[in-house]
Amino acid sequence: MSVTSSGKATVTLPTDEQILITREFDAPKHLVYKAYTTPELVMRWWSGHRGTMSIAEIDLRVGGQWRYVMEAEAGFEVAFHGEFREIEPNERLVNNEVYEGAPEAGAALCSATFTEVDGRTTLSLLSELGSREVRDMIIATGMEGGAQEGMDLLEDVAISLR
Amino acid sequence: MARAATTADAFNAIAEPRRREILDVLAGGEHAVNDLVAVLGLTQPQVSKHLRVLREVGAVDVRDEGRQRLYRLNGPALKPIHDWVKNYERSWSKRFDLLDDVLDQLKDKEQGDVGDK
Repeated sequence: MSVTSSGKATVTLPTDEQILITREFDAPKHLVYKAYTTPELVMRWWSGHRGTMSIAEIDLRVGGQWRYVMEAEAGFEVAFHGEFREIEPNERLVNNEVYEGAPEAGAALCSATFTEVDGRTTLSLLSELGSREVRDMIIATGMEGGAQEGMDLLEDVAISLR
Repeated sequence: MARAATTADAFNAIAEPRRREILDVLAGGEHAVNDLVAVLGLTQPQVSKHLRVLREVGAVDVRDEGRQRLYRLNGPALKPIHDWVKNYERSWSKRFDLLDDVLDQLKDKEQGDVGDK
């Protein structure tokens, strides 16, 4: 269930409550970490091509809160927030994440690991969904989209736990 | 969102590495349990247990031929998972393409800073 190709994100399902995303970047890890944790920089990539970020708040300390809000092109808002649990600068970041569209589903626990080899950095994002209900919600969101562009928008963002 | 109290659904079925191996082997064609035992290096009870889970979610089909039970992949049962993974992958790839641009600029800036000194 994985496809490996350079420059593309690889998604695997290590267990039935985990989603693992990996991607290699042509940059040292301190820069990847910086782009990942600096609000002005997150604003530039996190929404992909499907909308514009209106809010990126990052209080980068253990117990600190973060919140990302994106205005999708279709005119609705998609928001996530959470709290930082572990911070090892340039190495590892653990936070929880709540999708504000369905807070009752609970929080996922997300670990980002930055590994550098020869100036290139592999970013590994592990989402532990906590329950199969959360996972099923994410999957259902992703599947309802089908080929419709409007739903595509929603699924691109709403399913993107991070 | 209500779920039956079972561990078996398609995602659970493919989350287990050995079951993924079984699916990989069956992707190459129909096989008897003994073939799978030989290829995977597991015991027959272990293979049978995995096959049972895969059958429950419809990921494999079985038929009897003489004294043998032959297993084969049922692709359509796995297609929703494949589609979902593809979608998820695509959405993150777009995001990371933009991150590439950000990183290129950060690298240029850093090199520029060094050059100024």
